[in-house]
Order: sequence, then structure tokens, then C-alpha cells
Amino acid sequence: MKNLTTRLLMISIVTVTFFSACKPKNLNNAVSGDAAAKAYVAPGKYDEYYNFLSGGFSGQMSVYGLPSGRLLRVIPVFSVDPEKGYGYSEETKPMLNTSHGMVPWDDLHHPELSQTNGEVDGRWIFGNANNTPRVARIDLKTFRTAEIIELPNSAGNHSSPFITENTEYVVAGTRFSVPGDNENGDVPINTYKKNFKGYISFISVGKEDGKMDIAFQLKCPGVNFDLSHAGKAKSHGWFFFSCYNTEQANTLLEVNASQRDKDFIMAVNWKKAEEYLKAGKGKKEIVKYAHNYYNEKSHTAISEMRHEVTILDTKELKDICYFIPCPKSPHGCDVDPTGEYIVGSGKLAALIPVFSFDKIQKAIADKAFEGEFDGIPVIKYDAALYGEVKKPGLGPLHTEFDGKGNAYTSFFVSSEVVKWNIKDLKVLDRVPTYYSVGHLCIPGGDSRKPSPKYMIAYNKITKDRYLPTGPELAQSAQLFDISGDKMQLILDFPTIGEPHYAQAIPAELIKNNSVKFFKIEENTNPYVSQGEGNTKVVRTGKKIDVYMTAIRSHFSPDNIEGVKLGDEVYFHVTNLEQDWDVPHGFAVKGAVNSELLIMPGETQTLKWVPDRVGMFPMYCTDFCSALHQEMQGYIRVSPAGSNVPLTFSTGTNLPKEEAAAKK
Amino acid sequence: MKRSGLLKSSRILLFLSGVILLFIVKVPIWRIELNAPQYPEGLALTIHADGIKGDVEIINGLNHYIGMKTLHNKDFFEFTALPYLIVAFSVLFILSAVINKKSALFFSLFSFIFFGIVAMIDFYRWEFNYGHDLNPDAAIKVPGMSYQPPLIGYKQLLNFGAYSIPDIGGCLFIAAGIIILSITIHEIKRK
Repeated sequence: MKNLTTRLLMISIVTVTFFSACKPKNLNNAVSGDAAAKAYVAPGKYDEYYNFLSGGFSGQMSVYGLPSGRLLRVIPVFSVDPEKGYGYSEETKPMLNTSHGMVPWDDLHHPELSQTNGEVDGRWIFGNANNTPRVARIDLKTFRTAEIIELPNSAGNHSSPFITENTEYVVAGTRFSVPGDNENGDVPINTYKKNFKGYISFISVGKEDGKMDIAFQLKCPGVNFDLSHAGKAKSHGWFFFSCYNTEQANTLLEVNASQRDKDFIMAVNWKKAEEYLKAGKGKKEIVKYAHNYYNEKSHTAISEMRHEVTILDTKELKDICYFIPCPKSPHGCDVDPTGEYIVGSGKLAALIPVFSFDKIQKAIADKAFEGEFDGIPVIKYDAALYGEVKKPGLGPLHTEFDGKGNAYTSFFVSSEVVKWNIKDLKVLDRVPTYYSVGHLCIPGGDSRKPSPKYMIAYNKITKDRYLPTGPELAQSAQLFDISGDKMQLILDFPTIGEPHYAQAIPAELIKNNSVKFFKIEENTNPYVSQGEGNTKVVRTGKKIDVYMTAIRSHFSPDNIEGVKLGDEVYFHVTNLEQDWDVPHGFAVKGAVNSELLIMPGETQTLKWVPDRVGMFPMYCTDFCSALHQEMQGYIRVSPAGSNVPLTFSTGTNLPKEEAAAKK
Repeated sequence: MKRSGLLKSSRILLFLSGVILLFIVKVPIWRIELNAPQYPEGLALTIHADGIKGDVEIINGLNHYIGMKTLHNKDFFEFTALPYLIVAFSVLFILSAVINKKSALFFSLFSFIFFGIVAMIDFYRWEFNYGHDLNPDAAIKVPGMSYQPPLIGYKQLLNFGAYSIPDIGGCLFIAAGIIILSITIHEIKRK
């Protein structure tokens, strides 16, 4: 018995030792010695790159410096931001207007920088709203949302806002196919195959002012459009969209949309679409969508409702769309810097297909089709295929390029980034990510001219990477040095919201154009006060307009009496400062609203409806000067029938005895 | 008659000094640079013949804390007179070179030096007045109620380091002065 015990003990020790030795080493060891130096940017020094990250379900866009991973700014785009008064001030409320009314939140997935000749130019960055379909344009002189356009006939604006190489168009493909907006949507859900269609919007972008307009929409078969990228160089004039749910399932997509061995990449000849449009083949449809534009001179957004869109039916108008079979529910659809190779990434696939633009052209010319899908020709897989990357990993999602002939693909399931050569399709290197990487980004990595010094992976799961903060954890980005043959992890940094796609750009292309303040003499806001002498308080019935100024360190006026219960008060605050980095804030007690944050030379308006009689303090919320704590005032609210006259002043409303003594 | 004439080189140099003076009308004459922790990029006031330029508005804004009067060009009669005075000296120098008399040279030198001294005294007077006429109701009571920038050189004023130096115009002015002084000394020695 004792012998048996000893033997069992021996066996278990040997077994444990054996299995421990086989257990993979802790992945946390993957950081090598000089990583800290590579990511270090000394205090007071600038980063080399701006990195624009989608905020995902925060609805915003964040701006980080690379290689330090320092957060520089969060740009409010599709969600209200009380910190900046965005969506709360009267001037910014119209930015979030839609055909459904004011929508205070959305889900921003993909930032895309404007390009000239296929290179990032640092003028604008676009972002998509995934839930209530919209596209936003952010001006990189001010780092503010300049314009938002809503998309009719669309639902789940996911394959957006990818752009053509001279920013001719920003596209927006619907994730959910739906019945068109001017058709009856009150149909049984299980009539998907009959009634649901997928729409792709081509939004034109003004060459100088960047203004967006829906040039046309392509009416396509009902599937889910997932991601897209424009052709470039030789393939300029084409656009490529990944499609899944070609099963056309309307329920339990997890199973029902994973049945087919291959879904599609849809190649769109948009030059052809332009020809049809010119030839008058488009059908005008009555729809309803909002177009919101922020004027930098009046510091005011205007929202207008538009009612018409031109549709090109790709079933009737031949030669616009072609389907290319692509394995297993493709997600990423990325075009290499030469424009020749199109990389599809099947979420459930164990290989990466690479398609050739030349072969696609030949296949179309030769009519090498295997059939049709809902009226659209389907090109034979082999006729379009350049080759497959074999056994790269599990669950490829997205691919970026270094411009040196290599591609970097993220793998969600096997949680890694794999570097491979495009020409010979051989895997060159792989690095683990922590954990389950989604998108990745190389500066200019989806343009004709990448700047391949860094690659950033944006992970979906963080688990133990940072100090725990309860059930909700920070999202995470990981920075890799890719200047050598091997990818080297040099930094982890947490991010806001959930980062999906991101863009990065050399700082030189943006930093010198950054606006420092707005010129007060150019301020055309109808409620501006050009100088303290022009401040006033005006009553129009129950509406009171307070024309107010802020300058270090007082508001003018700072004493207001004669406001009555039932009045609506609008504080139009103009920041008179004309120097860099002197914003003023403004807040009133009890306002069911946010603060205002007013940049030098700007006017912003806060609406306040007093709910009780009494004394209401107001103050500056942004520590503007040594006497910031003195920057305050009072508003007296009297009962509805009161005969307190409307008065306002700064520095003169003294106690009676003091005023007499002064005389 | 011959004794009072000037060397050809003296006349050329005198003429050139006159021309140099003309430039001063257009370029900044003096500058006061201000540096503070919050202003790493620095602020500058430049004094031109016809007015004060540079970050005047920002400096006026900051000076309200200590109750200093704001700077306005119309408050300085000098800026109306200065361009004419400079042109007058230029004409005087050129004329002296043309009429070729030592007495004219001496007159040019002494009046020029006199003007330089008066100008600096005037500059000091303005700095003194602005630096001492501080509003007692201001938020910050400056110790000794004196906030006067240096006439020339560096001085720490609360959180600001102030550096007062000649700008291009000032340097040209000094250069013209040195040239005319050298000519005069040379001409006296030659006698």
C-alpha cells in the first residue's frame, strides 16, 4: 500500500513536471529591452504621428500621439459631449439632427483621412455613424466636426466612410439590407429575399470646401455589406465591398448566415455608374435625410432636411457591379498600395485569398462567370484569384500595407498579427496581441504611400493587461515597431470607447495648420457682442437674450435682474480673448443643460429656463487666469407677475450707501 | 575756405549715414521682449517710428491685472513727429556732405547726439509714467506700485522677464552715430 502511494506520487510529480514544461511560456515576456526608449517622447517634445481612433460606441473620435500613446484630444462627432457643450449649445444642437429628430449618440467605427493622389493630405478626416446612418467630416484645422450627412435607404452604415484616391467620393454601404425608405417597410420580416435591398451611397466631397452631397446610390441585392476600400492607381475607378449573409437570412445569422462556403466581394465600377448617371439613367426617389453644416465664421450649425436622392439600379444597369466569391463571411476588404491586389478576410476562414485586379478585368472581358446572384454576375473564384496565403492563422479580419511589398493581417481568433509577402504569399513573421485584435493601422497603410515605421493593433479584449477597474475594462491599443524584419511590441496604451479602425499621419501634415483662435472681427454670429460696450439684455415677450462677453477675468454683464419665472433665457457668450489657449467656460446653477466652453473669438449660446424664484450664480468653468475664481455673477429670478425691471451691469451695481459715497 | 572742407571719404560716409537713416522710418527701432512660464513662445512689443506694434493687445490684456494703462498709439505725440525728425536728420546729413563744411558736420553730430539723448530720456519718461501710474483698485498690487520695464537690458517684472534692446532701426541709428562720430574725430585730427 505504501509502495503504491509512493509510486502514485512519483507518477503525478513526473506528469505535472512534464505538462508544466509543455505549457507555453507567459506571453507577457514578449517585450524586449529597448521598447521603452522607442516609445519614449520626452516631456515637452512632440510626437511624430497623429493617430485618429474611432471611439466605437462612444460615438467620438480620439486623437493620440505616436509613438508615446498620449491622448491629445477627444473630438465629439456623433455623441453629445457636455464637457465641450457639443450637442447642448444652441449653435451645436443642429449637428446631431436627423430625419428622426435629434439623436444624441451613435457608434463610430471607421475614420478615414482625405487623400490627394492616393496620399493622405491632412485636410479632413471622415467618420461613420453605424446606428443611425450618417457620415461626418472633421476639419483638421480645428479638430472639430464640420459636417454630418444622413444616409437614406440605409441601416447600419458599416462599410463606410472609405474614400477614393482624390477624395472624389466617400462611400457608405448598408450593413442591414432593408426595404427602401419610400417603399412600404411594414412587411413580414421573413420576406427578406423579396423585399430587402442593400444600398450603397456615393457621397461627393467638394474639392475646396469639403462639402458633402449624396451624388447617387446604388441599389444592390439584399445582403450585409461589411467593409470596403477604394481601388487606387491602376484600379482607381473601382471600389470593393465585402458582403456576408449571402444566404439572405433574417434571423439567427450566427448560424444561418454561416452556411455558404463562400460569400462575396463586390467590385463596383463607379466610373461606369457615373456614366449612367450622366446619361440620365438614375431614378429620383423621394426620401428624407438631414444635412448639417457648421459655419466657422458664425460658429453656428445649420441643419436642413433634404428630400431627394438619385438611385442607380445595379440589376438593370449592367456592368456596374460584379460579385467575386470569397471564403466564409468576409470582413476586411483591403487594396494594396499598387492597386493590383485585393485582400479578402473571411472571419471564419483559415486562409487569406488575394485577388488580382488585372485578372478581375480579364475575367469580366472573357465573361468568366459561374452564374448570377440576384441579377449580378458572379466571377469564377479561380478567374479572379491571384493566390491564397496558406495557414496564416485563424479568423483573419483586416489587412494594412507597408508599401514595401508586405501585408499585415489581424487575426481575431488566434489573437495575432501576421506579416506576409504579397508577391509570394509567404508568412514572414507573426506576433501575439493581447487580446483578440480587430483592426490594425499603419500610417497611410490604406493609401498609395504608407509611412511604415509603426503598426498599431486595436484589441477587443484586455483582461489582465491593466489594473482592474471593475467589470468594465479599458480598451487597448498596442504599438509595434515594424521598421525591421520582425515586428516588435513597444507599447500598450488604453483607449476611449472601443477602437475599431484608425488612421495615422505624419504630424507635419497637420500641426502647422492648426488654428490657434478665431478672429473676433470675423465672427458673424447673430448674437455676437463685439466688445463689452455692445453687451445687452433684451426681452422679447417671454424670451430673454443676454448678449454677454467673457474676458479675463469677468463676464459682462455679471449682474442681471428682472428675469421672471416662465422666461426662457439665452446666454450668448462671446469670448473676447485673442490669444492662444484662453478658453472661457460658462455655467448656471440648475440649468438642465451642460456648460459652454467658448474658444477665443467664438460665440456660444446656452439655453436656461429657471424653475424657481431665487438667486442663481453663474461662473467661468475653465481656469482661465489667476482671478478665475472671481469670474462669476448673479441672476435674480423674480415671480411671474413681479415688477422688478430688467437691468444688467458690470461693476456698477453697488450698495446704495457705497454708491452715494462714490459720488 | 580750403581748411573747412572735408575729405572725399568723409563726405561719402556722411552721405551714406544719411541714407541709412531713411531706412529707420520703415523698420522697428526698439523691442521689448517678455517671457513668462505661460508664454514660452514669448511676447514682444516693437517700437516703430510711427507706432508700437507686436503683441500690444495681449500685453494690454495682461497689464489690466496690475492696473497699468493700456497702450494706444494716439497717446504718443512722438509717433507723429518721429518719422519727420528722422527724415530731417537724413536730409541734414546728406546736405552736410554736399555743402562740404566742417561746421555743418559738427552741427550734424551734436544735434544727432542731442536727439539720441532726448529720445532715450523721453523713452525712460514714458516707461516711468506707465510703470508708476498703476490703478490702486487693480487686482494685483505690485510691490512699491512700480512696474517699469528696463530702459535697456534685462529686468524681472513679477512672472515676466523683460528684455529691452535696440531693434534693426536702433542698430542702424547707432551705426549712423558711430560713423559720423568717427568722421568728426578723423577730421579734427587731420587739422
